[in-house]
Amino acid sequence: MRRVAVVGAGMTKFVRRALETPKELSWLATKAALDSAGMTLDQIGCVVEGSAPDAFDGLHQKGEYLADGCGGFKKPYLRCYVGGGTGVYAIAQGWFHVASGLFDTAIVVCEEKMSSCQPHPQAAFLTIFDNFTEQALKPNLLWIFALEQNRYMATYGITNEEIARVSVKNKRNAMGHPAAQLGAELTVKEVLSSEVMAWPVHRLMVSPTSDGAAAVILAAEDVARRLTDKPVWVQGVGWCLDTSYWTNRDLCYPEYVEKAARMAYQMAGVREPRKEINIAEPYDPFAYKELHHLEGLQLAPKGKAPQLLADGVFDRDGDLPATPSGGLLGVGNPIAAAGTMKICELFWQLRGEAGKRQVPGKPERGVAQAWGDLMQVGTVVVMGTKPA
Amino acid sequence: MSGQPKDLRGTGLESADFKKGRVFTEYYVPRIQYAWDTGEAIGRYLAELKNGRLIARRCNRCRRNLIPPRMFCERCFRTTDDWVFVQDTGKVNTFSLCYVSWDVQRLKTPEIPAVIEIDGAFPGAGIMHKLGNVKPKDVRVGMRVRAVWKPPAERTGSITDIRFFEPIAEAKKKARGKRKK
Repeated sequence: MRRVAVVGAGMTKFVRRALETPKELSWLATKAALDSAGMTLDQIGCVVEGSAPDAFDGLHQKGEYLADGCGGFKKPYLRCYVGGGTGVYAIAQGWFHVASGLFDTAIVVCEEKMSSCQPHPQAAFLTIFDNFTEQALKPNLLWIFALEQNRYMATYGITNEEIARVSVKNKRNAMGHPAAQLGAELTVKEVLSSEVMAWPVHRLMVSPTSDGAAAVILAAEDVARRLTDKPVWVQGVGWCLDTSYWTNRDLCYPEYVEKAARMAYQMAGVREPRKEINIAEPYDPFAYKELHHLEGLQLAPKGKAPQLLADGVFDRDGDLPATPSGGLLGVGNPIAAAGTMKICELFWQLRGEAGKRQVPGKPERGVAQAWGDLMQVGTVVVMGTKPA
Repeated sequence: MSGQPKDLRGTGLESADFKKGRVFTEYYVPRIQYAWDTGEAIGRYLAELKNGRLIARRCNRCRRNLIPPRMFCERCFRTTDDWVFVQDTGKVNTFSLCYVSWDVQRLKTPEIPAVIEIDGAFPGAGIMHKLGNVKPKDVRVGMRVRAVWKPPAERTGSITDIRFFEPIAEAKKKARGKRKK
């Protein structure tokens, strides 16, 4: 397989409700990514698009609708979708295209416009639950996150104070991000005195609904080296889906994230993730999720991520900075675009171009991860300044 | 080339933009109906709910009693073997106190969604349901619970034929109270 590098990245601001249409948001991110690489659309071999359920937009065949905004006409174009895991998985799909030798370049664009669904996109989530055994109970998405967080807390004896620190860290990190929707300087006390949505989940532990898009350009080694002195290599990709019978598994630990991470680490030649990963961008749609995922990514022992967080290990200037971007909690959560935002962050961080958010010490390798479906899918990409 | 774009684009709208008519919006309300066929396993599951019983499917290879029931074992990837009744009791695997309804209305009294590990199903096998007849502050992981069924005439062959699960200690107290009368 050929070596593949990221050579450009771009995104829109993440906002509660955007004036721009989904297609326009895609265009803005795609164009920003092309400009950052000094490329034009005719240099792009194929287009990968990622976007979550059509129900948010009320537009059927959203992939086809979005194609023009992604530069995906008269070119091999394909939409991919694994729920919230889409934004990181889409990079893997772009990687197949280039690593296989089928294309020299690919652009990967992920977009979400959640604000169209009124009064709140939450209602569109009802139909992700089992249509016979669950929907009649009128569940909402908060339920499964709250159930999982409580199981995680009960299994390992974790407190809500420990979890609230994730919101504090990520919203603070987001203050340095020009796209951020919810950057803020908060205290643990303020997080815990925010409204209880679904105990143990408080409002400030939940990412917002957002509109936005993000894009990256992938290139084969010879093309990448012509385009830039600082390609960021895709060293490994991994993904894994667990059973949809989510009430039949123990939610305290995301085994599917572990499997996805091990696949990506093996490809990247990473044997000791805790030592060999310099930056992590774990998926943080809810505060506890970041800790849960750091454990699945083998960056903390089971049940121990809260302690490492309290010790400052995951701070931007800590031993293993986690979510220096500000994450979904701080930058925002336009579902598929949020995962790709994490890939953009690794690209900028590993090139030393993250500005106010720059992690010190010239990081050489990072991991990004997304999650989705019914507590079910893990998607992982390892990127570095050197080829694997 | 520099990596990070200097000016990120995207225009956030405020509620004033709508109130003052500065932007236009088109509305669409989908009117679509579906009739989902239950399949074999869930068809029987719903029929037994109507009878006031919980039923599982057994896989003789992994020896798991699967609930919700399925005609194939996803682990062994083979046809499941038998129908087995399981108890309508179990223990709380996890729960939440939820102050938001499915359509984002605020609730004064929380709903208590839970995963309940069902007695007689394989260890750790739960179903999602709600808890009731319990003060929110008294709910615990590991608490023993039993199903509270609707009266037979009100059952429709739905998971809601079980109103909720209640703590078993609570139910015993009530039963004692009734006997005294």
